[in-house]
Amino acid sequence: MTSASTNDIEFRSVAKRYGSVTAVSDINLAVPQGAFVALLGPSGCGKTTCLRMIGGFEQPSEGMVYIGGQPMNGVPAYRRPVNMVFQQYALFPHLDVEQNVAYGLKQMRPRAATAEIVRRTQEALEMVRLGGFGKRRIHEMSGGQQQRVALARAIVNKPKVLLLDEPLAALDKKLRTAMQIELQSLQRELGITFLLVTHDQEEALSMSDLVCVMSTGRVVQMGPPQEIYDRPASLFVADFVGKTNRIAATIEPGAGSVRLANGVGLSKPARANGTVGAAMVAVRPEAISLVRNGTATLQGTVTHRMFLGSTVEYSVEVEGLGDFLVTADRRNESELAEPGERIGLNFDPNAMHVFPA
Amino acid sequence: MRAFISSVYLFLYAPIALVVLFSFNAGRNASEFTGFSTAWYAKALSNTFLVSALQNSLIIAFTSAALAAVFGTMAALGMERLSSRMRALFDALFAAAIVVPGVVIGIATLVALVAVFSFVNPTIAALWPGDQPPRLGLGYGSIIAAHGLFSMALVAMIVKARIASLGRDIVEASSDLYATPLTTFRLIVLPQILPSILAGFLLAFTFSFDDFIIAFFVAGSKTTLPIYVFASIRRGVTPEINAIATLVLVASLLLILTARVLMREKKSKSGE
Ligand SMILES: Nc1ncnc2c1ncn2[C@@H]1O[C@H](COP(=O)(O)OP(=O)(O)OP(=O)(O)O)[C@@H](O)[C@H]1O
Ligand SMILES: [Mg+2]
Repeated sequence: MTSASTNDIEFRSVAKRYGSVTAVSDINLAVPQGAFVALLGPSGCGKTTCLRMIGGFEQPSEGMVYIGGQPMNGVPAYRRPVNMVFQQYALFPHLDVEQNVAYGLKQMRPRAATAEIVRRTQEALEMVRLGGFGKRRIHEMSGGQQQRVALARAIVNKPKVLLLDEPLAALDKKLRTAMQIELQSLQRELGITFLLVTHDQEEALSMSDLVCVMSTGRVVQMGPPQEIYDRPASLFVADFVGKTNRIAATIEPGAGSVRLANGVGLSKPARANGTVGAAMVAVRPEAISLVRNGTATLQGTVTHRMFLGSTVEYSVEVEGLGDFLVTADRRNESELAEPGERIGLNFDPNAMHVFPA
Repeated sequence: MRAFISSVYLFLYAPIALVVLFSFNAGRNASEFTGFSTAWYAKALSNTFLVSALQNSLIIAFTSAALAAVFGTMAALGMERLSSRMRALFDALFAAAIVVPGVVIGIATLVALVAVFSFVNPTIAALWPGDQPPRLGLGYGSIIAAHGLFSMALVAMIVKARIASLGRDIVEASSDLYATPLTTFRLIVLPQILPSILAGFLLAFTFSFDDFIIAFFVAGSKTTLPIYVFASIRRGVTPEINAIATLVLVASLLLILTARVLMREKKSKSGE
């Protein structure tokens, strides 16, 4: 673990319990300064709980939380150098847009000069492209605009870390994509550390420098998006981040091979180090190619075809192994395979991820 | 069926309409309307007994409503911090306080006050250095206390409903934006619950101003407007009484309407 001073946020063996419910446990986490980090995991895995312990709305039951190297246990939310964008925005309905955005600056001690507050408020509104909306009431703004107000209200304070709890969940797909790009460029521009909670793996992979995958109250893997996708640390990560095919297999000892449940033997991928015995093999759908003639690793029958535009998804049934999901890039295919067609499946043994069963 | 409903409304409102009508009667006879006049209003307002009863009522209504607004709001805010089981208990207690009949509250308050006085007064007398120790007795204080206690439950219920609709989000957002709990209360919570506090105050005021039963038990020698009206009725219904009743009716309606508008506004706002 790197030293606390270079990390904007650090969790050391943090656990949080509500009565008999353990929300998170044994969390060790380091968010480097200036990074865009995504906290990714299924519903109820403890993402919000972690964020709230950083914001100061919850105190850890065990362990320590550091912000900028300072221990934060017991420090109330209003004395923490972080700001949060709430999922439901939590704008103040009785204040106008400008007053909402200026709120933090007015409360900060020492208080900035009024002219300075006005200038920074306008600047923040420009930044989220809401210049000229300052005098509007909150209920006169659309959902997407309210989202921007919430963002401006947080970034105007130039916090050490910006916490975002599923900020885009309530927006429609198009607006969400636009905001994803905007958030990313905003983060580059401001140089503020962003910690984004999401349960959308695409969002996490596309936006962040680092992804922290959580499951049932624990961190299961943390790393750059590519690493998470290409080298998942567990079957859970492989499944949750992107699509994957699971194949039951047995690993034979020594330099040996991977024997799939249907008896087919493949050479062991370089990464599958010590695993021996019953195992689960994961293969990404796009790592498999369909071949009409000639030799193939496996043989199967196409059962479904889903046309997705630039790619096509096939469901192929392989005797003894079940259904395979195969994603084919249309540029490499002269002709689509038809449901019912016998077809060969090919993949590089090195594309297999081997996990103990 | 329609005739039945009509007659229900007739029984409800005809007497009230008559009271209003006859308050403008030129003559003194309550059975025939002899011409329009506001003379009885002038007469009522120049009656010193009546004016002093009105004054008493206003002072008591204002003070008890103000106390109820302050303590009812505090109770509602405090209840937010209770565990859900304790909160349910206090909820039930407040609801019960509101449905207890006035007669029971009146008797209970009287008994309680007399018991307290019989203990406190001798104690004060024993400790008092001079010859003339102050004596606590029934009067303003006891009516204000009885009314205030009752309407405190009323205010607490109204304000609590508003707080519940606020959500913890904006309180946390304020705290996230460096506001201390006190500042958060002043800038975020208070402005949003203020209409409901005001509505509670107005309802409490109306309740106290109109109340006869509780006041009758604990008033001692003080005369409130309803007590004065009750006493003078024994000498027969005069158009003067009608004039007073009409004034009280109009004032009460105005206050209750204002309270309703305040409570409605809060709903449409939180609905956004
Ligand atoms: N105040 C609380 N009291 C009791 N249990 C709680 C409380 N807050 C959270 N939990 C529990 O802690 C666990 C983690 O909750 P958390 O809200 O952190 O999940 P999440 O990852 O944010 O989920 P989602 O994606 O659905 O928002 C859940 O099992 C939840 O039921
Ligand atoms: Mg959550």
